[in-house]
Amino acid sequence: MSNSFSLINDLVIPGLIIVAQIFAIILPVLLSVAFLVYAERKVLALIQLRRGPNLVGPFGLFQSFADALKLLVKENIIPSRSNKIVFLIAPIVTMVLSLAGWAVIPFAPGWVLSDINVGIMYLFAVSSLGVYGIIMAGWASNSQYPFLGALRSAAQMVSYEVSIGFVIITVLLCVGSLNLSNIVEAQKTVWFAIPLLPMFIIFFICALAETNRLPFDLPEDEASLVAGFSTEYSSASFVLFFLAEYASMILLSAMTVILFLGGWLPPFDIAPFNYIPGIIWFFLKITFILFLFIWVRGTFPRYRYDQLMRLGWKVFLPMSLFWVVITAGFLVMFDLLPN
Amino acid sequence: MSAIIKTIKSFGLFELLRGMFLTFKYIFKAKVTINYPHEKGPLSPRFRGEHALRRYPNGEERCIACKLCEAVCPAQAITIEAEPRSDGTRRAIRYDIDMIKCIYCGLCQESCPVDAIVEGPNFEFSTETREELMYNKEKLLSNGDRWEHEIAQNLKLDSPYK
Repeated sequence: MSNSFSLINDLVIPGLIIVAQIFAIILPVLLSVAFLVYAERKVLALIQLRRGPNLVGPFGLFQSFADALKLLVKENIIPSRSNKIVFLIAPIVTMVLSLAGWAVIPFAPGWVLSDINVGIMYLFAVSSLGVYGIIMAGWASNSQYPFLGALRSAAQMVSYEVSIGFVIITVLLCVGSLNLSNIVEAQKTVWFAIPLLPMFIIFFICALAETNRLPFDLPEDEASLVAGFSTEYSSASFVLFFLAEYASMILLSAMTVILFLGGWLPPFDIAPFNYIPGIIWFFLKITFILFLFIWVRGTFPRYRYDQLMRLGWKVFLPMSLFWVVITAGFLVMFDLLPN
Repeated sequence: MSAIIKTIKSFGLFELLRGMFLTFKYIFKAKVTINYPHEKGPLSPRFRGEHALRRYPNGEERCIACKLCEAVCPAQAITIEAEPRSDGTRRAIRYDIDMIKCIYCGLCQESCPVDAIVEGPNFEFSTETREELMYNKEKLLSNGDRWEHEIAQNLKLDSPYK
């Protein structure tokens, strides 16, 4: 009897556990998105000597929820000349993809939804797929600004993914595994941000371009493209795009932390630091990277499109390629290759 | 040599880091905005806000319906009709200001020989309909009663420059 298939024990209970785990990841992520939007507005306001949101809740902490509520009760306008099905699917695709990446992120030792051995490839693939939602939105809107925004976004993401690929290869050379938990464990002695500092900077800048953040936010450049690919969107579908943009920002920050800042590892493996649980270190490091995202936005003006392409293809690509060769050569020369 | 330094600077992101340091310093600076509905900025005594018709201390209205303000108004926002009252004095029976037409230039208060029409310090008189911004004589007089203290103070402060 014990070997036979039981519907409850083999299907329902594991299914429910997985659903519970998914919710345990997605709800905090969505909550962090809300507070990230608040933090962004607040930090930008501080940099520009303004006050920022301070009326809804204590210190304006609930501003994002008020904004979300406002957007959700608005009318969802579907342009009459748009391709309605693709128009409605696009934000869903973007949102799902920006959340799907979290499946492989290790929050602490063993705290990972699916500990697959090609974790980094999965992350890379999912973050690259994000461009499809934007292209679908731009094309289905059947209007100039979203179309131009989508084209820019596609070209930009493709260009910068090449460099991101090489950066990931350098890290993989040092680790010898595609599993994200192994990548974190390999940084026990020293975080990769220190020996691979140029790669870390390139990865961070590419992450800015990948998430369409300033100074690379040409796909939704207000000055020339109104709101870029999301111009025609309103209400709930706009909320999905908005959430997706910030969720992918957090995802890319988590990726940066895992690849370069030692994931859940404390900065020094000594007494006061290793009492703090890994998840808190992971959270603090993500917060730091997100602060960098916002800080950069508050500091730099937007790139021109040709400058963006020049930076991607003529600076980052050769530099990351060069560093792949240097790292590989160094590892072979001193016989440090893992395994 | 300078080319080498320039290359090092550009690859070391020197200028970018300097810019980021500058914005970081600004985070801790004092804010320049005020919490508007709760805090308000100072107003000059010459501030030209909502109009008011003043009265003499004995309660008699100052306006003598000379129509100088109506004549000088560049936006032609003022309409006055005058008639002698039962005691023989000349009074305005109608004094309307279209606050939508008004450009708040202050020529009416400058032209007024008896300091009857003035622009007070109130600037928070937005309404939900246009009709509410067609001010008549009662509205202007009640404004005058409401803001008399501030208006008198402002006129006194500004009098040395008149």
